[in-house]
Amino acid sequence: MRLTVAGVSVEIDRQPIVSEVDLVVEPGEVVGLIGPNGSGKTTLLRAVYRALRPVSGVISLGADDVWSISARQAARRRALVTQHDGAPVEFSVMEVVAMGRTPHKGLLDRDGHEDRSIVQDALERVDMEWAANRLFSTLSGGERQRALVARALAQQAPLLVLDEPTNHLDVRAQLDLLELLRDLRLTTLAALHDLDQAASYCHRLAVLKRGALVATGAPLDVLTPAFLADVFGVSAHIGDHPLTGRPHISIAPLRRQP
Amino acid sequence: MVSGPATAVLLGGLVVALAVAIVVGIAVGTVDLSVTGVWDVIWAHVTGRTSTVNPLNDEIVWTIRTPRVLLAAVVGAGLSIAGTSLQALVRNPLADPYILGVAAGASVGASLALAYGSAATFGLGVSGAAFAGALISLVLVFLLAQRSGGLGGTRLVLAGVALGYLCTAATSYVELQASQSELVGIMFWLMGSVAGATWGSLGIPTLAIVLCSVWLLLQARNLNALMTGDDAAAGLGVDVHRLRLGLLFVSSLLTATVVAVAGGIGFVGLMIPHMARFIVGGDHRKVLPVAALMGALFLVVVDIGARTVDKPNDLPLGIFTAAVGVPFFLWLLRRRPGGAA
Repeated sequence: MRLTVAGVSVEIDRQPIVSEVDLVVEPGEVVGLIGPNGSGKTTLLRAVYRALRPVSGVISLGADDVWSISARQAARRRALVTQHDGAPVEFSVMEVVAMGRTPHKGLLDRDGHEDRSIVQDALERVDMEWAANRLFSTLSGGERQRALVARALAQQAPLLVLDEPTNHLDVRAQLDLLELLRDLRLTTLAALHDLDQAASYCHRLAVLKRGALVATGAPLDVLTPAFLADVFGVSAHIGDHPLTGRPHISIAPLRRQP
Repeated sequence: MVSGPATAVLLGGLVVALAVAIVVGIAVGTVDLSVTGVWDVIWAHVTGRTSTVNPLNDEIVWTIRTPRVLLAAVVGAGLSIAGTSLQALVRNPLADPYILGVAAGASVGASLALAYGSAATFGLGVSGAAFAGALISLVLVFLLAQRSGGLGGTRLVLAGVALGYLCTAATSYVELQASQSELVGIMFWLMGSVAGATWGSLGIPTLAIVLCSVWLLLQARNLNALMTGDDAAAGLGVDVHRLRLGLLFVSSLLTATVVAVAGGIGFVGLMIPHMARFIVGGDHRKVLPVAALMGALFLVVVDIGARTVDKPNDLPLGIFTAAVGVPFFLWLLRRRPGGAA
């Protein structure tokens, strides 16, 4: 499903946070949203998943404006994984994943056989079936994120929205999660913190600076040293990764001219 | 967590226990009656052959004790459901039906009516004045907490707690102005009691609890999603703002109705939802019915204690809910598995 963001501006308490953003995520594409802290990544994503209403512009899932369809209908088209999800202590992993069925169930519907097999499949796809009956709160950070990806899978939505999903994870868990997300081959819009990870896992990057979209394109076309110095205020070197041979971004503080 | 069948067994067990507690509750008191004596009277009323029973027994069982015990059950269920929905609304484990200042508002109304008579409360009786006070504070909390279309949990709690302090100050002032006997009445009301219940006082709270429970059960899936955070719930297709408004309305209505008829019975609405979650997990489709039945059972048992510990005097329920509940709750808290909350 195509995600179209057209001329979208978002304000919070009358403060403009995102202004006039145009962005398209084509079906099957993984687009990374990057930018410094406070550049509006989370705000733009919140508008995409319908937690904030833009003051102007249109966000469409497929052919429909997200605000012209119900919250439930929107949730059948896009699923969400955020950086911190405070599932309280009392829910089991299975129950958390089963919440992904919420937008598919009417008020009187019970969880049927089909729902259970969808939940089971989702757990297997993220290698978490062993944890089905554990309490969510007893999982490690990396395991929690995998369970939340499983919840998004149980939602069976063609578009996946991720807000810094690797935050607070150790390096191994970060790489595992990104590989899992890549292997899912879903249409994805992900705000990411780590530029190198964004460059290696995304087909395209979209860069926000002070709420405006300043660049979109293939990672290595966008992330030039001059651009990184301008947007992030760092000096960067793009070389070959000594282990993988893929392009690798090394970052250092920007040297001040004497 | 427990499985679906285990929950059904638990619910069945609670229903039986509640029925037994109700019969025992009707049998004991200043005059102890036999269980079969109680049963004869109830059966006579159910079958419409009241002429066959002893009129004194009939007066005690049917006119005085049955409405009282049933009101205790209704109030216990109502407070537990209100607490469950408030904990989901503000996502704070310390939330109870009194956290939004609704009950404190009710206390102002009730103490005014008790100290100065209904002339001070525009002709409303104690229950009516309590309900009006609750509604006024609900509106104030709502106006204070609302901001650019959102209704944040933390803002609600802060607004409710602040307003609660203000109302408590007002109640204290009324207490200082009151005479000795009025003061006892106010204190008794503040600590809650189902003494003096009549069949007439049962109808409105029962109706409110049934309607609110049905609505909450229909929203159970959305409540589960809301427990994981506003944005996560929005991601799962929950209309968060509308759900929050509904929860605020339902839990306040429940609290106001219950407080109006039974005063401020503390601890039930805080403790019972946690106990229910501890036993059946976080799924509201299980938590709501289990909490309702546990709350009903708990308050019926507590009311038996309130009537029998210091015969023939009645003690306020609030003393017992805390004395019985707190140690049990602390024990549960220490047994609880991992997690910060």
